[in-house]
Amino acid sequence: MSFINYSAREINCKIVYYGPGLCGKTTNLQLIYKKTRPESKGKMITLATETERTLFFDFLPIALGDIKGFKTRFHLYTVPGQIFYDASRKLILKGVDGIVFVADSQVERMDANLESFDNMKVNLEEQGYKLEQIPYVIQYNKRDLPDVVPVAELKQVLNTAGVPDFEAVAYEGTGVFETLKAVVKLVLIELKKGA
Amino acid sequence: MPQSPFVMYDEEYQEITGVIEKLLRESNSKCVYLVDKDGQLISATGETKDIDATSLASLTAGNIAATGGLAKIIGEKEFSILFHEGERDNLHISVVGQRVILVVIFDKRSSLGLVRLRVKKASEELGNSIQKLMDRMTAGAQEENVLKEITDDDIERLFH
Repeated sequence: MSFINYSAREINCKIVYYGPGLCGKTTNLQLIYKKTRPESKGKMITLATETERTLFFDFLPIALGDIKGFKTRFHLYTVPGQIFYDASRKLILKGVDGIVFVADSQVERMDANLESFDNMKVNLEEQGYKLEQIPYVIQYNKRDLPDVVPVAELKQVLNTAGVPDFEAVAYEGTGVFETLKAVVKLVLIELKKGA
Repeated sequence: MPQSPFVMYDEEYQEITGVIEKLLRESNSKCVYLVDKDGQLISATGETKDIDATSLASLTAGNIAATGGLAKIIGEKEFSILFHEGERDNLHISVVGQRVILVVIFDKRSSLGLVRLRVKKASEELGNSIQKLMDRMTAGAQEENVLKEITDDDIERLFH
């Protein structure tokens, strides 16, 4: 749930990166952290296991500039992708304003993508949300790998709603900011609509 | 939109901050934070300059959410108070009015008993202030609404 603070003149929103294990959610945040000016970002928090798998969440606060004299701040979270961390995923979706679904383009991860997408819908419903009511975008990550599913096919399976979608190679930055900008835009448009 | 935004006006901020400032004095603590359950910082007071408030807010909310999940597993509604003891500083975390989280950081100048007592008193006052704010939001009474004034150009300009 976005938080409009008239005292601090701030608009705060929460964006969650969702997707199957090892699809590159944390990598997206790391890249955003690396490429954002120091004055526009806070500390990145990573609650991970010793093998660098996300255990609870990653968190990165960023500021994007002013609108009508209000600072816009976005809190970016990732969920743990591994199937057995479902309880944690549910908690992180609480109060979400926008979602980035990160899909792994590799052929062998197609089932994992679908499973995670369905899991996201179920978990949202448990919180009383419907996916179609939430601003979301899709990122097809790892486009540089050899054995990837064609984008047209990914779209057909994952993007039946026709939301904005992007090809990405997150570790080198390709598509990362395009994805972020698109979801931020959708969130702000939705906020404006609801006013 | 899944939920309407949480809107706080300046006078509500002043009222809430007044309560936590009083709690800071009366409990002899180092600093006090009020955080939304979604991890947004609402207000802070005391020796806050060396502490990353944004991180504190997000981790506190995560902590409450995780212990809330644990509570459900054992058939409890929630654990309304958490206490973390450190070598120098201690953290007292409590849920107020099921909506916001009060975080008190204190050292040996205070004690857990004193903090608990003062937090209980402050929680009632804070609960009332938050309830008033929620009622105002449900009634849809808004003196100003920045969201209405946002234009597509404003959104576009953020990225240039």
